[in-house]
Amino acid sequence: MTEQELKSAVVARSVDARGTACPGPLLEAKKAIGSIVSGDIMEILSADEGTKQDIPKWCGKQGHEYLGAVEENGYFKVYMKKK
Amino acid sequence: MDMEDTQKTDIQALQTQIDALKNKIAQLEDARKDQLSIAVVSGDMDKILAAMVISIAAAAMDTQVKLFFSFWSLSALRDPKKTGEGKDVISKMFGWMLPKGQGKLALSNMNMVGMGPMMIKYLMKKQNVMSLETMFKEAGELGIEIVVCEMSMGLMGFKKEEFIDYPHLSYAGAATFVADAGESSIQLFI
Repeated sequence: MTEQELKSAVVARSVDARGTACPGPLLEAKKAIGSIVSGDIMEILSADEGTKQDIPKWCGKQGHEYLGAVEENGYFKVYMKKK
Repeated sequence: MDMEDTQKTDIQALQTQIDALKNKIAQLEDARKDQLSIAVVSGDMDKILAAMVISIAAAAMDTQVKLFFSFWSLSALRDPKKTGEGKDVISKMFGWMLPKGQGKLALSNMNMVGMGPMMIKYLMKKQNVMSLETMFKEAGELGIEIVVCEMSMGLMGFKKEEFIDYPHLSYAGAATFVADAGESSIQLFI
């Protein structure tokens, strides 16, 4: 998805993991995934650059769809869709 | 006609080979579980930290995690508030000399008589890295299993009653690690 599409995507759950370093954001994402349903989009906010690589790996393993990442001022928004 | 027959035989031979390969792949897929086994031997703070970070990441990805703690790593399982009773002199000495709990572990490098760990802990806090204590708590909630090596526990004179309250703690021997590691898709030694 393009940055524009990501920014306008309907997000079912936003996980603010900016207060935690690796592997915190992944752990926060795992804890939150149960609260959304299949097809829902979740965004993960992280100040940890590794999250941009880790979330796609997690999605790949679990079968979720990784949508992309957007860089904000000093942090990242990573988007994924639950399978 | 002859050529057609030869082609048929060739195709049949190929089909047989493909079936054999399919069976082999199915076997290989069954052999390894989505499981991580780590033999945690080092009691250095940095190495315990590495073991816990990898384990938490694996568990967050729904990989089953089994940690086999032996030798120096047992220091990380000691509860500073607990003591073991009925120890002989050597066991008592080991008890005094070895770090009592996660908060007392030394670094494998740049320990500098305890200055190093203090600096690392300060940096970890500043950069929002979970503390070892928090990691063990998260590990417990994620269902990460810790297996204590009975033999090294006996060698170092540790008693079961001085270990931390961890929800998935058990005691076993080396064969348990070998069996667990044998069926894990990832095996590590730290």
